[in-house]
Amino acid sequence: MFDSIIQNLFNALQWGSFYSLIALGYTLVYGVLRLINFAHGDIFMVGAYIAYFIAIFILKEATGLSGVATLAMVIPLTMILTAMCGVALERIAYRPLRRKGANRLYVVITALMCGLILENGNLAFLGASRKSFPELLDKVVYNFGMISMTNLKIWVILSSIIVYIALNAIISKTKIGMAMRGISYDKFAIPLMGIPIDTIIVVTFILGSALAGLAGILFAMSYPILDPFMGALIGWKAFIAAVVGGIGDIKGAFVGGFLLGIVEILVVAVFPSTFRDLIAFSILLIILVIKPTGLFGVAKSTKI
Amino acid sequence: MSLLKIKGLTQQFGGLTAVSDFSTEFQGNELMGLIGPNGAGKTTVFNIVSGFYKPTQGKILFEEKPINGLKPHRVTAMGIARTFQNIRLWHDMSLLDNILISQHYNLGYNLFDLFVRNRRYVENEKRMRNIAMQLLEQLDLVQFMEEKPKNLPYGIQRKIEIARALSVKPSLLLLDEPAAGLNSSDVQELIKLIGWIHKEFKIAIWMIEHQMAVVMSLCSWIQVIDFGQTIAEGTPEQIQNNPSVIKAYLGDDQI
Amino acid sequence: MKKFSVPALLTILAAGTVVAAHFELIDLYVQTVIMFIGVNIILSSSFNIINGYMGEFACGHAGFMAVGAYVTSVLNIMFFTSSKTFGDPIFSPELALWFFPVTMILGGIAAAVTGLLVALPSFKTRDDYLAIISLAANFIIVSLFINMDSVGGARGFMGMKQIIFAMEDVAFIPWMLIWTFTFTYATVFVIRRFVSSTYGKGIIAIHQDEIAAEIMSVNTNKMKLVAFMLSSGLAGIAGGLFAHILGYINPNSFNILKSTECLVMVYLGGMGSLSGSVIAAIIFTLLIEGLRFIIPAMDTLIHFIPLVPDTFHLSQVLKWVIIPLILVILMQFRPEGIMGNRELADFFPKLKRYYEFK
Repeated sequence: MFDSIIQNLFNALQWGSFYSLIALGYTLVYGVLRLINFAHGDIFMVGAYIAYFIAIFILKEATGLSGVATLAMVIPLTMILTAMCGVALERIAYRPLRRKGANRLYVVITALMCGLILENGNLAFLGASRKSFPELLDKVVYNFGMISMTNLKIWVILSSIIVYIALNAIISKTKIGMAMRGISYDKFAIPLMGIPIDTIIVVTFILGSALAGLAGILFAMSYPILDPFMGALIGWKAFIAAVVGGIGDIKGAFVGGFLLGIVEILVVAVFPSTFRDLIAFSILLIILVIKPTGLFGVAKSTKI
Repeated sequence: MSLLKIKGLTQQFGGLTAVSDFSTEFQGNELMGLIGPNGAGKTTVFNIVSGFYKPTQGKILFEEKPINGLKPHRVTAMGIARTFQNIRLWHDMSLLDNILISQHYNLGYNLFDLFVRNRRYVENEKRMRNIAMQLLEQLDLVQFMEEKPKNLPYGIQRKIEIARALSVKPSLLLLDEPAAGLNSSDVQELIKLIGWIHKEFKIAIWMIEHQMAVVMSLCSWIQVIDFGQTIAEGTPEQIQNNPSVIKAYLGDDQI
Repeated sequence: MKKFSVPALLTILAAGTVVAAHFELIDLYVQTVIMFIGVNIILSSSFNIINGYMGEFACGHAGFMAVGAYVTSVLNIMFFTSSKTFGDPIFSPELALWFFPVTMILGGIAAAVTGLLVALPSFKTRDDYLAIISLAANFIIVSLFINMDSVGGARGFMGMKQIIFAMEDVAFIPWMLIWTFTFTYATVFVIRRFVSSTYGKGIIAIHQDEIAAEIMSVNTNKMKLVAFMLSSGLAGIAGGLFAHILGYINPNSFNILKSTECLVMVYLGGMGSLSGSVIAAIIFTLLIEGLRFIIPAMDTLIHFIPLVPDTFHLSQVLKWVIIPLILVILMQFRPEGIMGNRELADFFPKLKRYYEFK
């Protein structure tokens, strides 16, 4: 009994890591732009596909290269390319709208549309056949009593924690990070302080999309079947997790992601798996109704 | 019978006491002033009276009925209207709509009447329109009827906000810094307007104001608060010569 | 004269279509497209109450549509047909025709009650948090139906064609077309009356300044309740129509993608413009159906280019690339949608001479 709880908790941490990594990207962009970047889940999907193509390319061109060495090349390349994809989206679709001073909701809709374009464009041009991701890391299973852990799962959890710590350092220690936090308080004061607002936004998109790319690689390695809609549902859910944590706050996104992972895994452990969404979302809804600004969110007081 | 009676009003936000032990009373249609340095808690008093905050302690009786804890729209329906420091009009709707929507406290028809558009609906819409038109004529705003407030000069916007507050037929009007942001000739207009409203509509007016010219020429009784405490009250002459008021405004450094 | 011009025009339009359909001048496919236009008009204009007039950002409209679709279908099948799940009909099948509007409205009421799921949290929260609550509500409703085996679960629920046959047994005319016209007109009139009344303008006041609305005696909580329930109730009616037009429903046809369609139509038409919503719904439906033919044509066309390999084909999926792309491009040039927050008569003031619409 105790073993199965620990086992489930471990699986939940691994599952929650994906949500956390994606939720961090949502929250970064939201914190800076007050924009729900609905395309973020699809950036994650794009990341997984980029990783797939790079891995296939390297394995084909450089035969004899070990899996780990390939991975060492795939990770940075994927993160860079995914970041470029995110920045391109910002430049092409969001920035012109922002310049025109369009209603915030229209930017959100544009983001939603970009997500659809990515999903369906992928399906239309790459075809419906599912891609299976090559195995890069030799699977090692550690057994502690009844609990089994694979090296991959441990890496997934570790990398999400490392990313969080690194991101926290960037946000609180570096100049650009401070500017990012500053923007969320007063977006008019930041340019007056001589900080170019577009640079900050680009950096935000680079960080967020790179994280989505990383999540894409890890996800593709853990569940090696890729399909164009893999990012849609997980993206929506990660977004909900970010809000439950308190959107705009990276601690909130991190914790919210893990919380959603734990809730989902525990629900599946007890109920039939079709109940997963029903119960998980009901719990999140209740949390939001009780605490409308999320777990770590601070209520924004409206000045009367 | 007193119009408004506030006793021992205290408001705490976390550890901060914004207003402490504030009391006041309106007998009939006085014109009273509430002054004090920035951050003294004046607007907080107004926010409590109009129902945005629930006071930590104290009693507010309006026409002998307790009103603390009522939602703002209920307080307004009972007859307390207010304006805001930073003008809060519905800037994208016509002036006429701004006044009409303020008639929500007394629509006189329900959703069903609205959907079938029966006589009750038509007559009440006509009644509300008449109220609005009459008010706009009284305040000489008819020519702006179809304009959106955002396109009008600031002074007119102030006047519109006061007109909108009057449209709920209040017996007490709270004006939160009506002269803020106005130039000197607009201020003279405003003084005339408030004096005229006070006489014409026979209502009590309670105002927060920084411009002493406005307060001193209009108010018959003035209260001064600083850090939430009432430090003085009296007629304009008494306030002008009160040493603790001077100290609150200018500091106590002797030159 | 002015008073009757719009109703007269609409009646002629509806009667003309119904007569044409009855004498098979227009085929079933065209009829279905016309009915989908009706459903989409209801969806977009009812969603506009929340996202346009009230300025909230809800994104779970399809959930309420699902509730309406299921409730109406189950009631109709339980009452008027013999089915495996619900046994023999309770009433005589001929009554289906007369009770169809009743069950539709009951479905609408059920959806309106479900709307409380979003309406009640909206008292305390707004903006993005409300967006999530509505999103979660959508997920919850859909997975609730997936887990309800009595209505078919994930396999879906069917048998609504029986109702159509029962109605056609009474009189053989295109009933669904008539019902779609009726409910679409009713919806547009109800919304028009609501938002042009002093009562309904309260929600626009909430949009522009909620605090001012509250202080000027607008009961903001009540207004939100009314707006959300009206909006989700009408979505439920759209769902009921949808279910009977298709004759088959599946929980997954009411997922986030359907809600996205509703969002697209509202923002395409313009926030707070009723005529915009109607126009957007028509354009959107025609676009989706039109692409069905355009894409194969494009496919043939590109194969004239020698570079394109023969194995490559443009699939119908491309529809969902082209539509978002059109919207993204439109947003760049007209970020307020087709109509902004204005109505048709604001664009063509001369029209006012010919009609009066309230």
